[in-house]
Amino acid sequence: MYAFDYQRPDAIAAAAAILSADPEAKALAGGQTLLPTLKQRLAQPTALVDLSRIPELSGICATTEGVSIGAMTRHADVAASELVRAAIPALADLAGMIGDVAVRNRGTIGGSLANDDPTADYPAAVLALNATVVTDRRSIGASDFFRGLFETALKEGEIITRVDFPKVEKAGYAKFRNPASRYAMAGVFVAKTAAEVRVAVTGAGQSGVFLWTEAGDILSSDFSVQAVSGLALDPSNLMSDLHGSAEYRAQLAKVMLKRALASITG
Amino acid sequence: MNASVSSSVTPIGAAVRRKEDHRFITGKGRYTDDMDRPGQAYAYFVRSPYAHARIRHIDATAAKAMPGVVDVLTGADLATDGLGDLICGWMIHSKDGSPMKMGSHPALAKEKVRYVGDHVAVVIAETLNQAKDAALAVEVEYELLPAVADLATATDGEQIHECAPRNTAFEWELGDKAATEAAFARAAKVTSIDIVNNRLAPNAIEPRAAIGEYDSGDEAFTLWTTSQNPHVARLVLSAFVGIAPENKLRVIAPDVGGGFGSKIFIYAEETVCTWAAKKVGRPVKWTGDRSEAFLSDAHGRDHITHAELAMDEAGHIIGFRVHTRANMGAYLSTFASSIPTYLYATLLSGQYAIPAIYCEVDAVYTTTAPVDAYRGAGRPEATFLLERIVEKAARERGEDPAEFRRRNFIKSFPHQTPVIMCYDAGDYVASLDKALEVADYKGFPARRAESERNGKLRGIGLSAYIEACGIAPSAAVGSLGAGVGLWESAEVRVNPTGNVEVLTGSHSHGQGHETTFAQLVSARLGIPIDQVSVVHGDTDKVQFGMGTYGSRSGAVGMSAIVKALDKVEAKAKKIAAHMLEASEGDIEFKDGRFTVAGTDRSLAFAEVALNAYVAHKFPTSEIEPGLKEGAFYDPTNFTFPAGCHICELEVDPETGVVEIKSFVAIDDFGEIINPMIVEGQVHGGIGQGIGQALMEGVTYDEDGQLVTGSYMDYTMPRAGDLPSFTVGMTQTRCPSNPLGIKGCGEAGAIGAPPAVINALTNALGTEDVPMPATPSRVWAIAQARASRLAAE
Ligand SMILES: Cc1cc2nc3c(=O)[nH]c(=O)nc-3n(C[C@H](O)[C@H](O)[C@H](O)COP(=O)(O)OP(=O)(O)OC[C@H]3O[C@@H](n4cnc5c(N)ncnc54)[C@H](O)[C@@H]3O)c2cc1C
Repeated sequence: MYAFDYQRPDAIAAAAAILSADPEAKALAGGQTLLPTLKQRLAQPTALVDLSRIPELSGICATTEGVSIGAMTRHADVAASELVRAAIPALADLAGMIGDVAVRNRGTIGGSLANDDPTADYPAAVLALNATVVTDRRSIGASDFFRGLFETALKEGEIITRVDFPKVEKAGYAKFRNPASRYAMAGVFVAKTAAEVRVAVTGAGQSGVFLWTEAGDILSSDFSVQAVSGLALDPSNLMSDLHGSAEYRAQLAKVMLKRALASITG
Repeated sequence: MNASVSSSVTPIGAAVRRKEDHRFITGKGRYTDDMDRPGQAYAYFVRSPYAHARIRHIDATAAKAMPGVVDVLTGADLATDGLGDLICGWMIHSKDGSPMKMGSHPALAKEKVRYVGDHVAVVIAETLNQAKDAALAVEVEYELLPAVADLATATDGEQIHECAPRNTAFEWELGDKAATEAAFARAAKVTSIDIVNNRLAPNAIEPRAAIGEYDSGDEAFTLWTTSQNPHVARLVLSAFVGIAPENKLRVIAPDVGGGFGSKIFIYAEETVCTWAAKKVGRPVKWTGDRSEAFLSDAHGRDHITHAELAMDEAGHIIGFRVHTRANMGAYLSTFASSIPTYLYATLLSGQYAIPAIYCEVDAVYTTTAPVDAYRGAGRPEATFLLERIVEKAARERGEDPAEFRRRNFIKSFPHQTPVIMCYDAGDYVASLDKALEVADYKGFPARRAESERNGKLRGIGLSAYIEACGIAPSAAVGSLGAGVGLWESAEVRVNPTGNVEVLTGSHSHGQGHETTFAQLVSARLGIPIDQVSVVHGDTDKVQFGMGTYGSRSGAVGMSAIVKALDKVEAKAKKIAAHMLEASEGDIEFKDGRFTVAGTDRSLAFAEVALNAYVAHKFPTSEIEPGLKEGAFYDPTNFTFPAGCHICELEVDPETGVVEIKSFVAIDDFGEIINPMIVEGQVHGGIGQGIGQALMEGVTYDEDGQLVTGSYMDYTMPRAGDLPSFTVGMTQTRCPSNPLGIKGCGEAGAIGAPPAVINALTNALGTEDVPMPATPSRVWAIAQARASRLAAE
């Protein structure tokens, strides 16, 4: 690890000020991604701005549209939240599938989204649920937020403050874990509102999370496992590596879609 | 079961809780990295980023000027000081009689680097971070050479060592070629198989570490290191590397967090830390991180084999022919040459009466990390091969694999195999029968039908393994090329107050010696187990020893303790006779008391011990004062644990996920000292065996870069991946050591992989299932199966 300054502001504005003044400074949330990166000397920030003492960033509250989750809310708290479970049970389930207990007790939703790992779980929920990522500067719709591998719409120094999830009629998530890392090899989140069905796939795409529009379209007219039984995902834009070919990931996405649907439709 | 037992005498066979666990679990263990020496500096190694390159030039000027840097040392400095290379201590001769081609292996590279992670220079600095910073400033000019990363084509690749044309270290053979050819000539049926035994990373929970220290007053070195055999480390560093004479080099292996073989070897890092300590006049500490462990701990397995099994009309195996290419990696590690030879081919008879066996092994260099012993070491490779081909042969005959095995089992002992080993005892039918019963083998078809109804493919697979433990006797291994003897030493020191210290040359790094060895002494001397301390891992305390590997600590290490205890008892009887004014021949020792036979006159062990030291009641001209005896024990044979494992599993054809439904292990380890510890060893071994079968595999890309360099890509088995094992025993006493024990440390890792793959091939209806059978591979095979079935 290289040396860095450590700051722990108690207000969003103070954190934003430090981060804007120094492009080499980095926000620190749960540290589950950032700290291993630092330990391996893969990053050399001048300062870490610890967001953990900013009260507005944590916590979950019910909203008229659904549920709002503060950026610093730990995965374990989302998994255990009655409010989340009441509004979108699949979201609580998803949070409970991330990493292991230690990771869930430290890792945060804001950190996960800002990091935008192509195999992370939350991006699938945010995209399928069409959630809104709220920052210290603006609100960003899910479809605009994810921009590719580890890339988001966030500007230099911009801080995620919370994520607003709209309540949906039905939602389900199924994840096939990478045998080594336990991140998603294919994670499929299905969300049904009165107007439409959105299906998001994480873990499989070459450029990160994506909407499986074909699946969404079919399910919008016929919300059943049978409706998608003949559907296949085109592997040409999927990842291929040691753990599986693009074809295998396409297969997994298909199976996870069925399982996510089965978990909803019974 | 018996926690309460710990303050009383503990019989052999009691499941005593491990004495060492309280220390480990409460964080009070003392591992090498827990130690800090006054004035210590930190070492960080500059490692090769390339698989194969010539070093044109190293410029450390800038690095030496960096803050906190004490020194930067390279291979040139080693050469200046006249230090010898790291060695491989087992000489193998090729078929043509020529000695193996041992490529030069300096602790810091000289002309060339030969794998990613090879040691180029060491930076020593006030802090680890400063050492790392400066390491980046060491300028190394490389001339890239083609990598030789693929074992199958390595003999046609760029030559890695000047002394080894076609990258071949040796081409060795074992067995009777003519007799084997003759058997194949008259065979009614031949089954053949092509097998890859996947390469594994050892993954001890504690990474390797070392602290070297030099005392200029005594002109003596001390090395703290994560070693399974500190005395062998001292011997090699002294006699071959030439750091210091043995009397000026103390090696301490304190608590060590697992080894699985990987800490047997003498590596560059501890060599450099010891040597550098004198050079820089400071203690030098190095602690490997996990990435360095993946890169530079010796890996295991990595064979490509073609084999054929000849049978007569009635299904008797009459011949076995094997050709193996074994990956040695970039250098011959400490015992590397013995693994694919004498620890492999000698086991190719397995549990079967095979009249003729012929095995050829080509040991090949590649530009990858060195390959050496890993839990089982050669025996898992032999067992996997044999148990796969036997299973395949039975299936090709349309015969129940259990019955095919039964017909071919060795049924009388001793049994001389055609590949050196003479099995002394065993009952293979007994373990097979028990395993079949416990696994409800008969009920399998019904369970398979049930799985099929749920859209799953179910399979069952057997493995009847044998292993050779103890690696002995010394004269025998010497005649096969071992550079060392493989006996063990022990010393039993009885203190005046009757408690005992046992000094052993074995080394515990997870095996629980502090408990089992103490249990042995407690039972024998009739004193409570907590009055027995086990001392190991320090060359200043224990005179010499061969360390722990090859499941030898029970059979060999404990036997040495028994011998020392025999001497203690004999002397104590003499003293007791004087104290009781009886003749020595009338003294009986039982339950911790010396009794004059047929009387009620007796003395407690502690009374005799005290008297041995005060020496008031016996003539010291006849009997020396004190009660301390040592012994060196050389076994008369290897020991031959054996057993039968049965794995039953289910494949989800949609995803390729394999779920192990049951795993039965019936083992014959001879006499058992502590069944709880034995079970623990079996569980861990099976876990690693299942890991090899389904999850683990070291992968290099064609440039020789390590793809599986972290747990993000190298799949370790986790508790959730494993079923609850059903473990049972059968027992035949081992006739070649006083305790009748055979060893149990590796059995699980040896028996499990073929059981799993036999079950998987059974489920998938094809013999072609590679290890690790990851979900993606299994899915592809299940897909092919489905299309095949659809076409039919
Ligand atoms: C062993 C292990 C297993 C894991 N398994 C999974 C898994 O299965 N699925 C999964 O999805 N994830 C997994 N993770 C990742 C985990 O969920 C992390 O918590 C997450 O990716 C990062 O969140 P964090 O709070 O730890 O962020 P940090 O590591 O602190 O930060 C990550 C990045 O986000 C930035 N950042 C953090 N907060 C904000 C904010 N509010 N606004 C703007 N930028 C911010 C930081 O500057 C940094 O660049 C795993 C991690 C580990 C260590």
